[in-house]
Amino acid sequence: MNRQDQLLDGFYRRDTYSPRVQDMYPRDQPSAFAGVDPVAHTQSPIVTGTSVIALKFQGGVMMAADTLASYGSLARFRDVERLHKLTDTAVLGSTGDVSDYQHVQHMMERLMIREDYHNDGHKLAPPHLFEYLRNVMYHRRSKNDPLWNRFVLAGHHNNTSFLGYVDLQGTTYQSDTIATGFGAHLAQPLLRKAVESRGGPQNVTEEDAIKIIEDCMRVLFYRDARSLNKFQRATIATDRLEITEPYSVDTEWAFAESIRGYGV
Amino acid sequence: MADGISAPIEHRYSPYTDNGGTILAIAGEDFCVIAGDTRQSEGYSINTRYAPKVFKMSNNSVLANSGFHADGVTLAKQLDQRIQESTGEWYRHAHEKDMSTPAFAQLLATTLYGKRFFPYYTFSIVGGLDKEGKGCVYGYDPVGSFERYTCRAAGSAQNLIQPFLDSQVGITAVNRAEQLSLVSVIRIVKDAFTSATERDIYTGDFIEMFIITQEGVETQLHPLKRD
Repeated sequence: MNRQDQLLDGFYRRDTYSPRVQDMYPRDQPSAFAGVDPVAHTQSPIVTGTSVIALKFQGGVMMAADTLASYGSLARFRDVERLHKLTDTAVLGSTGDVSDYQHVQHMMERLMIREDYHNDGHKLAPPHLFEYLRNVMYHRRSKNDPLWNRFVLAGHHNNTSFLGYVDLQGTTYQSDTIATGFGAHLAQPLLRKAVESRGGPQNVTEEDAIKIIEDCMRVLFYRDARSLNKFQRATIATDRLEITEPYSVDTEWAFAESIRGYGV
Repeated sequence: MADGISAPIEHRYSPYTDNGGTILAIAGEDFCVIAGDTRQSEGYSINTRYAPKVFKMSNNSVLANSGFHADGVTLAKQLDQRIQESTGEWYRHAHEKDMSTPAFAQLLATTLYGKRFFPYYTFSIVGGLDKEGKGCVYGYDPVGSFERYTCRAAGSAQNLIQPFLDSQVGITAVNRAEQLSLVSVIRIVKDAFTSATERDIYTGDFIEMFIITQEGVETQLHPLKRD
C-alpha cells in the first residue's frame, strides 16, 4: 500500500463514514435498501489515448499528441486525432478514454454555439474555457461518475499564453510545461530542462519548440509501448492557430541490436 | 471488467488524491502571518512549482488549504461567494459590514461539516484579526472540527514544523507570541519552510506569505529549494 492509499484508506472506507443500515433500522424489519445496489457509475477507460505534451515558447504555446487509440494493449485505431481546436485561440488535448473525450468535444461545441448566439462581440478566452472544463470534471468526479481523461488546454489570447491541466479528479494546475501519462515521467524532465536552461519560455523560439517537442515524441515512441510514431502538433500564437497533419520523426534502432536482457 | 482484459492505466478509481504541500499561520499581537508553499505534487511527480493554496478572501480573512487541491479550490470559491454582498446569503447587505474573521472561521466549520459524509479532503487554516484587532488563527480537520490557536501548521510537513513553532512561538496565547514582532515572526516562518523543504519532498519551490494587519493584507513570495 503506497502513501496515498494509506492516507485515503482511513478516510474513504465506506464503513467508517456512512451510517450503517443496521444502525438505522430495527433487526426484525426489512431494510428499505434491501435488494437495491448502491449507485455505482465508476467505470474504467476502454479505448485510450496516451501522452499529451505541451510547452510555452516566445509568443505562443505548442502541444503534441500521437494518433493512436489503444484497446488495452491492442493498437486498435491508428488515426484518431487527440488535439481539438476549441476556438481561434485554444486547443484541447486529451489523454485517457476516447469516448469521454468525444463527449467533451461535443459539449464544448454546444457551449461555443450558445456563446455565439449572444453575438455581443465577446469570445471565450482560454482561461474561461479552462474554468468551464474544470467545473465539468469536478462535478462528474463528485457524482462518482468521472470523465476518464487528463486534459491539456493550450491557448494564446491578447498576447498572453495559457497552458493548463485538468483531470478526472478535478485536479488543476498551470505551468510552462505540461506532460500527461507516460510523458509525465519521460518527457516532462526534458521539457523542463529545455525551458529552464534557456531562462524561461520567453527565450524559447518557435524553431526550438518544434525541435524540443519532436525530441520528446521520439523518446516517447522509443519507450511507451502504447504510443505511435505518427502525431500531430498544434501551435497557438498571435493571430495563428495551426494543427499539423499527422507526421513522423526519424528513429534509429541500430543500437538495439547489441542490447541483451536489461541492456547492461 | 471483461474476462482477461485489463485497463492499461488505472485500476481503481478514487475521487480523492493527495497533492501534498504545507501551510502554517502565526497570530501576533496586532497582526497575523499565514503562509504556504506553492508546490503541487501527485505521487512522486511535481505537477507545477506554482499552484497557490493560500487565498485572500474578500473580507480580509486568509484561507489556506492543504490536502486535495481540487477540493481546496472549490471550498475557497464557495466561501468567497458566500461572503460577497451580491450572492448567496447576502451577508454584507444583511449586516452592512464585512464578515469578521471569527465569523468566517465558524462559516468554514459549518461548510466542512455540511459535507460530513463526502468530505472536502482539506486540512485548512484561517488567519486574520479578531474584533479586538488581535491576530487570530483557526485550524481545522476535514470535517469541520476547529479550534483557535496561536500558531498552527498543517499538511505534508506538519510533523516537522509544528514542534518548531511550539518551541519558538509557544502553545498558549499568554506565552511568547504576544511579544514577537512581525519581523521575528516572518523569520520564523521562513526558517520553518526552509527546514521542512530539506526533508519533505512535497514541500518546496516558493513560500507565498500573507501578512494581515489593520492596514490590509500584504503578499510576499520567497524562493525555496526546487529539488
